[in-house]
Amino acid sequence: MTNTPDWKSKINPLVLGIQPSGIRRFFDLVAEMKGVISLGVGEPDFVTPWHIREACMYSLEKGYTMYTSNQGLLELREAIARNLAVAYGVSYNPRQEILITVGVSEGLDLAFRAILCPGDEVLIPEPSYVSYAPVTVMAGAKPVFLKTSAENGFQINAAMVEKAITPKTKALILCNPNNPTGATLDRKHLLEIAEVVRAHDLIFISDEIYGRLTYVGEHTCVSSLPGLRDRTILLNGFSKSYAMTGWRVGYAAGNQDFILAMTKIHQYTMLCAPVTAQAAALEALRNGESGMKKMVDQYNRRRHLVIQALQEIGLPCGEPRGAFYAFPDIRSTGLSSEDFAQQLLQEEKVAVVPGNAFGEQGEGFVRCSYSASINDLTEAFKRMNSFVGRKVRKGKVLTFSPGKNEIKKEDICQTM
Amino acid sequence: MSKNRCKRKEILEIIENDARLNLKQIAAMLEMEEDEVARIIKEMEEEKIIAGYFTVINWDKVGEEKGSAIIEVKITPQRDLGFDAVAMRICRFPEVKTVRLMSGAYDLVVYIEGQTMREVAAFVTQKLAPMEHVLNTATHFVLKTYKLQGTLVEEDGEEDRRLMITP
Repeated sequence: MTNTPDWKSKINPLVLGIQPSGIRRFFDLVAEMKGVISLGVGEPDFVTPWHIREACMYSLEKGYTMYTSNQGLLELREAIARNLAVAYGVSYNPRQEILITVGVSEGLDLAFRAILCPGDEVLIPEPSYVSYAPVTVMAGAKPVFLKTSAENGFQINAAMVEKAITPKTKALILCNPNNPTGATLDRKHLLEIAEVVRAHDLIFISDEIYGRLTYVGEHTCVSSLPGLRDRTILLNGFSKSYAMTGWRVGYAAGNQDFILAMTKIHQYTMLCAPVTAQAAALEALRNGESGMKKMVDQYNRRRHLVIQALQEIGLPCGEPRGAFYAFPDIRSTGLSSEDFAQQLLQEEKVAVVPGNAFGEQGEGFVRCSYSASINDLTEAFKRMNSFVGRKVRKGKVLTFSPGKNEIKKEDICQTM
Repeated sequence: MSKNRCKRKEILEIIENDARLNLKQIAAMLEMEEDEVARIIKEMEEEKIIAGYFTVINWDKVGEEKGSAIIEVKITPQRDLGFDAVAMRICRFPEVKTVRLMSGAYDLVVYIEGQTMREVAAFVTQKLAPMEHVLNTATHFVLKTYKLQGTLVEEDGEEDRRLMITP
């Protein structure tokens, strides 16, 4: 008789301890069903504009099939530096202060591995993008969550950051605009947070992948805040604004020391971002602005449609001001996030993502992506209306107040 | 740009891509009242800014025989009227779908649709070419249509390939 080897015991305990993404389980459920309208997709419904794809093909014809420098094509880094200077008035040296990464995901991993030591703490707003906490843990550090809620518009503030800081706090990460809530932080609040970050000598990791998808007010680049440029690692990419998710190309910008440290890891683990994707990204920056603005206009119109649809359904939802997500409060149905998403899928064939997939603070909410056609959005919310109508006792009217999602106790309806 | 002009432009951008959207959808997308959208659309219809509503049809797939041609037309401009009088005369034939004044080697480009190629040819030889002030014509029969009104009429292979759920 042979014993089955305990392969698990050979796996790094840090990795063993990480839970698989909550989205994964739901994905498996959706994958088995036919005819589903999905509002669960975290990527644009547009195909990459043709001029970008064509430029990529041309680069292949010209023989761009080799490695690039570890930092990426200099032309692309120069274009990124120009873009950041024009858009946000922040200046980076493309030779030493910009690194082309395989999407923001790699940039995040590099940043954390470059700066974090075992025992360090990272402040992470919650709910937030699913990878922040696991990547922190894999870098040997400890996530400390800044619990936001509908009551404060899912926004962190300076006091919250200050309160969570300990002698071990090393960095604050912020995704602005936020995935999954669509909340944005304005310049005033960012300045207050920046003051705390400076006072406590923290590093600001700023994920601005949805920065160009800001519909209310203007996006503030964290690096452009006074005194923040050198203590910020700015992460951005082409996935969302130029509909280039599958190309996996992004960048990190920061002080020379941070970028050099990140480049060390990148050169030994990734070597460089794919050259074809870099060529496409260069074309996007050179000629993609008008096409991108058209996509942003379309998201914004859909956003209005979704806000109205949720009002009609009676699900409170803070005004989503950026990205392409609405994060309605479903507590009135008496269902948990997962039950809501699962039952909506089974009964109405509409997929949304349970809010708790983005952290405990997302419980009671679901993420609805409006990166879908008008017809799909209209039909999906019609079905959701029927679903919620069945779950919520008739006769109760829920209020909608952008930015203030507080639900009064008397407004909470019982499940039928 | 004035507020009304801006609204007009936004409405046009929306219905240019999908004229089937209803007033409620358009109003929601632009944060307007349905009545206001209806009023602005009516205004633009009356001003001929919105000249009509059409469906992009790939007749090849219907299996019906259709003939179409693009005809370059050279004409003599008339004093005080220029090219307009002759162009309008051509426009009035129902077979004529599009007429445009062009720069370059010829003056008008005329797009004609008929039930058959023979019908199209007959129109050119019997109606268009002999018309007063028309100097000459060059007819190019359409063999296949790939893109029409900004829409690929064949399968474009760009269906939604995204995973159903992504973070």
